[in-house]
Amino acid sequence: MGKRVAIVGVGMSKFGELWDMNLRDITLEAGVSAIFDSQVKGSQIDAVTIGNMSAGRFTGQEHLGAQAVDMGGLGNIPAYSVEAACASGGAAVRHAYMAIMSGEHEVMMVLGCEKMSDVNQSEAMDTMSVASDWEWEGLFGATFPALYAFMARRHMLEHGTTLEHLSMVAVKNHANAAHNEFAQFRRPVPLEVVMKSGLLADPLRVLHSSPVTDGAAGLIMCTEERAKEFTDTPVYIESSEQAGDTLALHDRKDICTMEAVKKSSASSLKEAGLKIDDIDVFELHDSFTIGEIILTEDIGIAKKGEGGKILEEGLTEKDGKYPVNTSGGLKARGHPIGATGVAQIVELVLQLRGDADKRQVDGAEKGMAVNIGGTGATSIVHILGR
Amino acid sequence: MAEHGVAQIWRKIKSIYNIQGNHCKTCDTYYFPPRPVCPECRRKGVLEDYRFKGLGKIHTFAVVRQAPDTFKRQVPYVVAQIELDEGARLTGQIVNCDPEEVEIGMRVRACFRKITEFGDKGIIVYGYKFEPVLKVTGHPYP
Repeated sequence: MGKRVAIVGVGMSKFGELWDMNLRDITLEAGVSAIFDSQVKGSQIDAVTIGNMSAGRFTGQEHLGAQAVDMGGLGNIPAYSVEAACASGGAAVRHAYMAIMSGEHEVMMVLGCEKMSDVNQSEAMDTMSVASDWEWEGLFGATFPALYAFMARRHMLEHGTTLEHLSMVAVKNHANAAHNEFAQFRRPVPLEVVMKSGLLADPLRVLHSSPVTDGAAGLIMCTEERAKEFTDTPVYIESSEQAGDTLALHDRKDICTMEAVKKSSASSLKEAGLKIDDIDVFELHDSFTIGEIILTEDIGIAKKGEGGKILEEGLTEKDGKYPVNTSGGLKARGHPIGATGVAQIVELVLQLRGDADKRQVDGAEKGMAVNIGGTGATSIVHILGR
Repeated sequence: MAEHGVAQIWRKIKSIYNIQGNHCKTCDTYYFPPRPVCPECRRKGVLEDYRFKGLGKIHTFAVVRQAPDTFKRQVPYVVAQIELDEGARLTGQIVNCDPEEVEIGMRVRACFRKITEFGDKGIIVYGYKFEPVLKVTGHPYP
């Protein structure tokens, strides 16, 4: 094809429990900061996609495309939201990528947002169950953390993964988030604290889980030809791939492997003409720390069963061979569900432009983001390059 | 309009009361919950209803300590994936034993229990849970 899609601007709202802001405020903040970052004019934007999982249940508001365009004063351009559970953000990016590749639009804004703190904890947990198979898992008492605990317990039995391994992911990601001004948790946590934090769904503890977060992230994407109009440092999408799996976790032969991740990461490398060792920085979906361990195995950083071992070796630390979640990941940056997939891309763009300050991976040229929906029923992978 | 949850539960009573799934005669695979299409054979699949025996073993489990309001009164409770003897796996609670006694590979059988309530005025949902096979509880599965 030869054509590529460029990312020419990125922006984020603060991530956290934002009591003084509603959904439209945080979405606007992310969108406006992406526009200012890119020097694009509002009148040059052709269309908007928004990643969001459950604004209807979390806030009572749907029809987010119209809301965003209206609040941003963008006139009458087409806009709509895209839903793929926790992979909604990645899906919005992929949707814009496809729209630009097809020639339908030239300049697009991508947003991702979720406002989760306006409901109580019980309602939030109920709403998160929509990402799994509600009728056959959630209804029978399997909370979302319980489903990841299913994977963790099995991984511990089959591969010797330990509580310490599960905890090391949280320690690493919190340490990274300390240098991310947008992150929800900007303080390091010691291993003992993670290992002794309250039980959520044994063997998972509270600090093995991503938090409830309000937040939004935004991108300006355009055709390769037009990128120079808006920035001197465009970052390109080398590939955008997606794969799926069964909705319910109990329908998978091996619950320690995410087949959708294996397929979509392999095809994204192939499409980009790269090998895993060519990637300098990774954003992997760590909604629960066992998720990061499984993902490092399924994308090929670690052999199956050795996701814990590479943590001991420090391979996924910021200065390791395969830096994973320099942003702090979902664990510590926070996980506003629909915003996460977009925020992963924001981090990679900052890394590739050399704008990641204290968490900068030296000379990063290629980055990979893996965004998961549910317990692995959707996997969306983007590879970026400069 | 139906009361919240009434039709939603009523239409799948056979499955959640009796563990009725289905069986594809073409590839000899058992499915629970029943599948509308055999994912292996698709149009070549021939699906017939099948009532599972309700016996199996624990494939993996979690002890839930934080749950939404509908399950709060049961905390802590054990929820597991049970591999039924016919091959299908499902998700359900493990009861009639301490959470500490539960382990992967443990033999279990289905029992009929209250699952949850849909709020103060909503319906009460009954269906399958599982218990260790070696325990006599006085409430055998029908």
